[in-house]
Amino acid sequence: MTDSFDLIVLGSGPGGYVAAIRAAQLGLKVAVVEREQLGGVCLNWGCIPTKALLRTAEIHHYITHASDYGLAAEQVGFDLGRVVARSRQVAGQLNAGVKGLMRKNRIAVFEGDGALAGRGRVLVSRLGEAVELAGKDILIATGARARELPFAKADGARVWTYRHAMVPREMPSSLLVVGSGAIGVEFASFYSDMGAKVTLIEALDRILPAEDVEVSAFMTKALEKRGLRVLTGARLEALEAGPEAVSAVIRLGDEPPRAQAFSHAIVAIGIRANIEAIGLETLGVALKDGHVLTDACGRTSVDGVWAIGDVAGPPWLAHKASHEGVVAAEAIAGVQGVHPVDKANIAACTYSRPQVASVGLTEAAARLAGRELKIGKFPFAGNGKAIALGAPEGFVKTIFDAMTGELLGAHMVGAEVTELIQGYVISRQLEATGAELADTVFPHPTLSEALHESVLSAAGRALHV
Amino acid sequence: MSIELTMPALSPTMEKGGLARWLVKEGDAVDVGDALAEVETDKATMEVEATEAGVITRLLVAEGAEDVPVGAVIALIGSGPAQPPTPAPVRTEAPAAAAAAARPPPKTQPQAPLDLPQGLKITPLARRIAELERIDLATVKGSGWGGKIVKADLKPPEIRPAATNAVASAAIYPPPAGVPHETIKLSGMRKTIARRLTEAKQTVPHFYLSVDVRLDALLKVRADFNGQGQAQAVKLSVNDFLIKALAGALQRTPDANVQFAGDRYHRFDRVDVSMAVAVPGGLVTPVIVDAGGKRLIEIAAEARRLGEQARAGKLAPEAYQGGTVSISNLGMFGVKAMIPVINPPQALILGIGAGEERACSVNGALISAMVMTVVGSFDHRVIDGAVAAAFLGAFKHLVEHPFEIVA
Repeated sequence: MTDSFDLIVLGSGPGGYVAAIRAAQLGLKVAVVEREQLGGVCLNWGCIPTKALLRTAEIHHYITHASDYGLAAEQVGFDLGRVVARSRQVAGQLNAGVKGLMRKNRIAVFEGDGALAGRGRVLVSRLGEAVELAGKDILIATGARARELPFAKADGARVWTYRHAMVPREMPSSLLVVGSGAIGVEFASFYSDMGAKVTLIEALDRILPAEDVEVSAFMTKALEKRGLRVLTGARLEALEAGPEAVSAVIRLGDEPPRAQAFSHAIVAIGIRANIEAIGLETLGVALKDGHVLTDACGRTSVDGVWAIGDVAGPPWLAHKASHEGVVAAEAIAGVQGVHPVDKANIAACTYSRPQVASVGLTEAAARLAGRELKIGKFPFAGNGKAIALGAPEGFVKTIFDAMTGELLGAHMVGAEVTELIQGYVISRQLEATGAELADTVFPHPTLSEALHESVLSAAGRALHV
Repeated sequence: MSIELTMPALSPTMEKGGLARWLVKEGDAVDVGDALAEVETDKATMEVEATEAGVITRLLVAEGAEDVPVGAVIALIGSGPAQPPTPAPVRTEAPAAAAAAARPPPKTQPQAPLDLPQGLKITPLARRIAELERIDLATVKGSGWGGKIVKADLKPPEIRPAATNAVASAAIYPPPAGVPHETIKLSGMRKTIARRLTEAKQTVPHFYLSVDVRLDALLKVRADFNGQGQAQAVKLSVNDFLIKALAGALQRTPDANVQFAGDRYHRFDRVDVSMAVAVPGGLVTPVIVDAGGKRLIEIAAEARRLGEQARAGKLAPEAYQGGTVSISNLGMFGVKAMIPVINPPQALILGIGAGEERACSVNGALISAMVMTVVGSFDHRVIDGAVAAAFLGAFKHLVEHPFEIVA
């Protein structure tokens, strides 16, 4: 028995479900195949629940510093179960939301493992039963999973991946976080705010290695001021989980390796694309560096097969996946003049405390490209709202091409910068130059004025610093 | 109910034209086939005819408007009674220039605001880059939202093809101070000549070979033919013979009838000769197709007809497109040797000088003969010295043995 569709989407994360909705809007008959929960990792085990947890941590931080604001709070504590439950409830709400969107857009949802079975054919298996679907086009949006340490399995008892870290049954007393990308830094920030003693280790020479060097330096100091221990140039050589503790052997630079004990460890060393067991070999879909090779619109090496999101390579960001989903859906539906995703203008956000947000080139990359630069930097300590909020730490750094005024990159640390970065993303999208930004009026008193001041600083005319 | 009259495409590659002159006014009744306007392209002016009968209700483009895109609506023809005439919105470059000059230059940018064609959409960054690199925006196609020009549409100067950049990037100097002068706007034809010949000189590696050709035999054959009292309208000119000789020489050295094409080249099986014709304000090159397969008198008749049409500005665009080689004759002006510029994408052009009495040494004896200097300009990417020399030798032989031309 074969159900036939215009488009079959494998995976219903922010890439897959968005692509499905866009395709349905364009009049295609769409099916989505999902083996876990609608909304994928992002909604259920990623972006969303972690932001809910981080919100709890942020409020906990304010409550434990209530006297700074003239408030009194005694016997401050938390119920870990309810902290976790809240995040699960938020995830559940969004999961239900996606279900509703699928229904509203008349998208058929098939539960099970989907795999390419041949040209235009997808086999969906579940609990020993299989059903074959026919699709004119097939979109692979199977996402990615956590990379594992070769020598230690994250069994969820004391050694955790992100998934385990989101539903802790007990609060770690001492926590080793391995890897200092966005995921590692967010968990380090969360658990530290909730009372754990956190050690963050990074094999490269600085944390948040994808960010601008000034961001890495600032965040290291900020985390250390909070009581975290940050070790860079640190290689994890062994990790052994015992009944009471985890023993980690860490080699720092040229020193001899040392064993340290922690109550728990979170492994956040990167992700790998879910390219296995989805039938890519049956059609010879080309891979590159462990992910599916695609063109700027999501076409793979096989006609009629598309791929988007984490499974198609970096940056591994939900909004990149969603945008790729829209572009691919439009290309599949035959829309003329589809603009491919400009990967250079996708912001990266880290929701730690303080937050980090950046878009475009780092200073090093801009210099490497041979551009003559004008760099602006404005500290939030010069921003009235930040001071009034009691969150004066951080800065906004902007990098301009000295000749053309092009905004090459923006790098921010501080309160709510993940909400502020869109101003620069929009500027770059519309190809505004420093001149237009300088002429823009930002409302007062807001944190966003720091965006303006950084631009003025690049032109040598900052007003408030 | 109005019918839209749009700017027609007078040739397959035409993208915009100038509305040189309206031949009707608002309120005029027109029939199918009536001439409505004169449209100017880079080579010629042509009339646009009405395809529907009706009344001109509105002229939407002013006389003299330039760079009107093909397909743009230029007038409305109504089937009802005439509407009261409305002032046509002026679509020349003047308002854009005035607006650009009136806007004070942004503080952070230097003092040279771009003179943008009206209606051009461009991002602030792309405008800034265009200013800095003196890019001619008229030739840039916008790929952004709604046709807006974005940074990506302005390729860096190193890889932009010389053709689109050539005129814009040449330094433009003001006239010397104090010299009385008149400034004339470039016509479409002039702009095209400037662009294409700059491209030729910048991108085609020219080399030149010359031969002196004795014309006596040819002049005698020509005189015999023209003076025979044969009742034919066509008189043969020296140029007609030269065109046929050119075709014959290429049939004998086909490796000189070629065109460079990047990683390959084309070798043509037929000789289409572009003849340079001086016209008021410039020059055009109408093409005689298959000069090798046509009789001399056919070539003569065609050359005459094309020359007249060219000088009257009435050449159809198809008439001057194509051509595999060119010939340019300045002999009638007494020029001794004419060293021409190749007409891209061709690889060969023959420059003809004046036939004049010169002293010649033949078998040791000095005689007086009619001699003409011919210079061939060749594209060295695809024609080498030996091939060029063989071709010129064949051409010289045919001119000096004219019966082989007509045989």
